[in-house]
Amino acid sequence: MAGSPRVDLSVPIGAGRVLPNPVMTASGCAANGRELHRFFDVSQLGAFVTKTVMMEPRSGRGTPRMAETASGMLNSIGLQGPGIRAFVEQDLPWLKSVGARVLVSIAGNTAGEFADVARVLADSDAFDCVVGVEVNISCPNVANRGLVFACDPLSSAKVIALVREQLPRDVPMFAKLTPDVTDIVSIADAAVKAGATGLTMINTLLGMVIDTDTLRPHLGGITGGLSGPSIRPVAVRALWQVTQAMRAGRFQTVPLIGVGGVRTGRDALELIAAGATMVQVGTATFNDPTAPQRVIGELETAVAAHGVDCVTGLVGIAHDRMVIP
Amino acid sequence: MTPPTPTTSGATVSAQTSARDGVLRVDGEVIAIRRAGAYHHLTIVAPGVAELARPGQFAALAVGGPTTGNLLRRSFSIHKVSPSGTYGGTLDLVIAAKGPGTQWLTELRAHDAVDVVAPLGRAFPLPTEPVPCILVGGGYGSAPLFWLAEVLRERGCPVEMVLGAGSEDRLFGVVEARRAADGVTVTTDDGSAGHRGWVSDVLPEVFRRTGAPVAYACGPMGMLQSVTRVAAEHGAVAQVAVEEAMACGVGVCMTCVMPVRDKAGVTKMVRSCVEGPVFRGDRVRWEAFHDGVCGVPADAVGAPQAGGH
Repeated sequence: MAGSPRVDLSVPIGAGRVLPNPVMTASGCAANGRELHRFFDVSQLGAFVTKTVMMEPRSGRGTPRMAETASGMLNSIGLQGPGIRAFVEQDLPWLKSVGARVLVSIAGNTAGEFADVARVLADSDAFDCVVGVEVNISCPNVANRGLVFACDPLSSAKVIALVREQLPRDVPMFAKLTPDVTDIVSIADAAVKAGATGLTMINTLLGMVIDTDTLRPHLGGITGGLSGPSIRPVAVRALWQVTQAMRAGRFQTVPLIGVGGVRTGRDALELIAAGATMVQVGTATFNDPTAPQRVIGELETAVAAHGVDCVTGLVGIAHDRMVIP
Repeated sequence: MTPPTPTTSGATVSAQTSARDGVLRVDGEVIAIRRAGAYHHLTIVAPGVAELARPGQFAALAVGGPTTGNLLRRSFSIHKVSPSGTYGGTLDLVIAAKGPGTQWLTELRAHDAVDVVAPLGRAFPLPTEPVPCILVGGGYGSAPLFWLAEVLRERGCPVEMVLGAGSEDRLFGVVEARRAADGVTVTTDDGSAGHRGWVSDVLPEVFRRTGAPVAYACGPMGMLQSVTRVAAEHGAVAQVAVEEAMACGVGVCMTCVMPVRDKAGVTKMVRSCVEGPVFRGDRVRWEAFHDGVCGVPADAVGAPQAGGH
């Protein structure tokens, strides 16, 4: 960015690893890289986050899968994907070939399947481009809401512990949490105690749209995940609550990845001020395919405008700036 | 970041994206907007797009300006392109105001800015021999067919057009069709122009008369299915450009999928934005579409087991 002073954007992702900047794509909003690489070099990102992959190929749901909402959208994709074997044979080697740092999002129907997916990934030839694994325990688009592991501390802990066993210790592992719970801090606590290197917050919120012309549910899947700028305050709240709990010593302090409604560098800074060390750009990519790359430059400008030369100096800063009259 | 390249009109192209893989994100500029029956015809200065685009490809436009709450791009098949003009390369689109996003686009005025990503998707495949071709358009689905007709006739293919719509005002390009094609047939549901009825009512006669081995079609799903059926009955192949709801248009959101067989006969839920929008009609699993909803065929790769996903 012309005219703005240089800022050190590098951030620790955990397990002793450092990313050159805190900006990532968000899982499910960037496919597996080739499509966005037509618009910008994906190796410029702090990390590229892949679409959640499960053990077997998956068709996803029927259509309509999408409804536009006020400052956001509802989606019901149903975790469409090629399966982990095709992923490690085709997608991951391509990401490695262009020099991307990859955060791989994985999921399973059972805790055991999560571990199986992690094992295939860890054994793959291109695994050295993987800077971390994001364990998607919170996708709302599953037929049985009881299968949303992140709605329950014990289920979350079980998945995280099993995946941890399959990954080398120097590979950071993030648990992706849903805000659709009564107490996100208790889920975060359980995931960290089970071995998560860090936490990604937030997944989409469960929502529903009814078509008022046909008076029937708009989505084929009936309910879907709400994303976009409209949910950013929910992300900020979740990051705030978990950061506050870590600062109070309820559990070990770990790096947080903020995600939810980031469209600009200023939005990214808001999540950082709430406690995120890294930030993902999701739905905004549908509006502007260059958004993840653009946010890096805008964030640098926004950080410099606060007179600091290092983005890590602003992580969680809002907790220190409260005015208590 | 490379600074944007200014053009004579003030429209800019992100040089970063310049033809990296045949697609551009361009800060375009409207130079003309006019009514065409029930539709609006938009001409946008979009440098670089014309040189890359081929008939059947589409453009994805951001709506509402940079702070809008309507985040999703609106996709339109490209009506025509012009590589050089007074203002630089232009792109023409036909838009129907259906909701707040398309309404915003139709309210643009000359010199307003519009964010364009184009060209996207796979173009209509062209015959290698100068064979007769039938081009079928439903409503403003006819928009890309005139440019296609021009390209086909340059290759020596006689072109017959069939345009259908609910009513006369919802037809697009009847006058243009008479210039672009060797023969034109018009149908309307209400009989307000041409034959009363559907395009599928008149198509058998057009196939018999021309002996065309290929039909190109763009329009509503039901029409594309009937064109595919009639083509098959006459030993012809239908190449259909589908209209699926898309959030991004560039292949990352996975919302515009539909069940399509590959060459080996295996059905997959494929993205109509990158693997389409043009498909061979006989590869589309039409039976999965019901009243605006499309299911996943049970034999599709990775289809839901009992209990669903």
